[in-house]
Amino acid sequence: MNGNFIWLAIGQIFDPTVAAYALATIGLVIHFGFTGLLNFGQAGFMAVGGYCFAITSVIYDWPLWGSFLAAIAGATVFALILGIPTLRLRADYLSIVTIAAAEIIRLSVKTPEFSEVTGGSEGINGAAKAFNAINPLPEGRFGIMGTPLVYNQDQWWIRIVGWGLVALACLLVFLLMRSPWGRVIMGIREDEDAVRSLGKNVFSYKIQALILGGVLGGLAGVVFILPRSLQPDNYGTQLTFFLYTIMLLGGAATVFGPVVGSIIFWVTLSLTDGLLSLGIEAGVLPLTTTQTGPIRFIIVGVALMLLVIFRPQGIFGKKKDLHFA
Amino acid sequence: MPEKTLVSDITDDVIVPGVKKKDPIVVAHAVSRRFGGLTAVDVAHLEIPRGSITALIGPNGAGKTTFFNLLTGFDKPNTGNWTFKGKSLAGVPAFKVSRMGMVRTFQLTKALSGMTVLENMRLGATKQGGENIFVSLFKPLWKAKEDEITERAMQLLAKFKLDTKKDDYASSLSGGQKKLLEMARALMSSPELVMLDEPMAGVNPALTQSLLGHIVNLKDEGMTVLFVEHDMHMVNTIADWVVVMAEGKVVAEGPPSTVMSDPAVIDAYLGAHHATDLGTIEGQLEVAEDMESDLVRSEVEHDAEAAGIAVPSHEPSPSTDAASTPVDGEEKK
Repeated sequence: MNGNFIWLAIGQIFDPTVAAYALATIGLVIHFGFTGLLNFGQAGFMAVGGYCFAITSVIYDWPLWGSFLAAIAGATVFALILGIPTLRLRADYLSIVTIAAAEIIRLSVKTPEFSEVTGGSEGINGAAKAFNAINPLPEGRFGIMGTPLVYNQDQWWIRIVGWGLVALACLLVFLLMRSPWGRVIMGIREDEDAVRSLGKNVFSYKIQALILGGVLGGLAGVVFILPRSLQPDNYGTQLTFFLYTIMLLGGAATVFGPVVGSIIFWVTLSLTDGLLSLGIEAGVLPLTTTQTGPIRFIIVGVALMLLVIFRPQGIFGKKKDLHFA
Repeated sequence: MPEKTLVSDITDDVIVPGVKKKDPIVVAHAVSRRFGGLTAVDVAHLEIPRGSITALIGPNGAGKTTFFNLLTGFDKPNTGNWTFKGKSLAGVPAFKVSRMGMVRTFQLTKALSGMTVLENMRLGATKQGGENIFVSLFKPLWKAKEDEITERAMQLLAKFKLDTKKDDYASSLSGGQKKLLEMARALMSSPELVMLDEPMAGVNPALTQSLLGHIVNLKDEGMTVLFVEHDMHMVNTIADWVVVMAEGKVVAEGPPSTVMSDPAVIDAYLGAHHATDLGTIEGQLEVAEDMESDLVRSEVEHDAEAAGIAVPSHEPSPSTDAASTPVDGEEKK
């Protein structure tokens, strides 16, 4: 018996991928939870952020801050392109447009015509070079020795920056949502005509919210690719639905919900993987090791169903903030 | 009975639909709105007098709410122009119309149910710098204004007897309370023209009286009120001026007493006993006298005698009629 999987599951708590998912979900919470924008293309925002960062840093050799700005600018432009034609329409149209736009991004970057810049279906490697170059940590491996929780300086660096960004995003959302700006945003979620009748420029607020959440999605894309290479197929619609799962887990209109939701989502995946493998090794489960991957997601899916039925507001949510019950 | 604005203060001209007002706050000219083949609104000329209460009445489908939507920028007309305080409003979006001082409520109440009553009220305030995304991040920049807004919100809530509910979610309010909240919220911006779309719909009779009082107060505070309403009692009681719409057109306007006796209006909309107050036994008696049904009449007369009101004598008709005659829906509200 190998208890290592428990350490691996614990490791998920500060994994940079988990941070990236949390960050993207915070963006989604601004869109869906607070403003009521049904954005089904958050994966597209992540892709735009990731590509803008990787292309500028790897292909064009921009300095790190330039690449970060490019990711932010890219997500902003993407939000404007999506929002200006659709935000005047009913909410469902935005969801259709965003889901299509995210797929357009993913399929476009894969076409051979753009592969000189985007790397085609191969993606882009080594986007973290400039990022790791400014790593202030000394070289070496740190962590709890004797467990898998030992990382080198670059792994620690991305963990610190990734979770630092998550903390900043949480602070931002907290400050915004207790303010009059947040009040207008939440009013729009409830009834935008009422807010309009009170003299607020609803369209402008929706664009602001779309940009803000989109930029967080773009930054999540950057955090996502720093520890790995950029792969276009990571940004399918499945990614968006994982983010929705995380959001519903934590609570759709909460500040910390996305963080906790993301951790629970990944820890659950990791734990069930370990437990299933144990069961298979012991001959208890009539499964093969290749089947454990899909089974994990089935378990997450069932958990999500139970959650939506029995605690639809999520772990942190207030029942009143719920708009699908 | 509230003090009414004199007709001579509203207009000097001969009263015909589209008559010029001495001091109009809203002037609409040749406003039309078509939905496919249907012309929902086709108003040749209409002026709303400043500082008074104007009622907009008409049968269902007359285009009253559509006209409201057009005036407030929630819908765009096919033709026409209209001004508010002398400024053209054609093509001005709804939120700017509201900022100019023309605030509306909705026929189907739009209380923001997921927010507390107080937050609903605060949202109605204008000039809160904290509604800018960058300013909003720094609480000291908007805290003072927020306190000011909260104070005003509490004053208004107290006036509308909702102050004890300030921390309740708007969804927990009753239909009538939501109407009150919506009206109070509209007043947060200190508008010059308040447009109420069926303020009485779904409000219980006990609340009606206080709602009427609130509307009259708005006028006393110098605001102009334009409201759509089907309740003739309310129109008679508080309106200084009545505009009647039918099939999208303004068919009549004038002070309530004149309009209510206009045969065209009676035919189109009001029915013979429109001016009778069914809230009183005298009123019920008057209607019952004209009815075919003996059952209703004897019931009302019985009530009247019990209340010590003189019952006019009449020839009793065969009581068999009572069972066969359908009871007119007018005898009870």
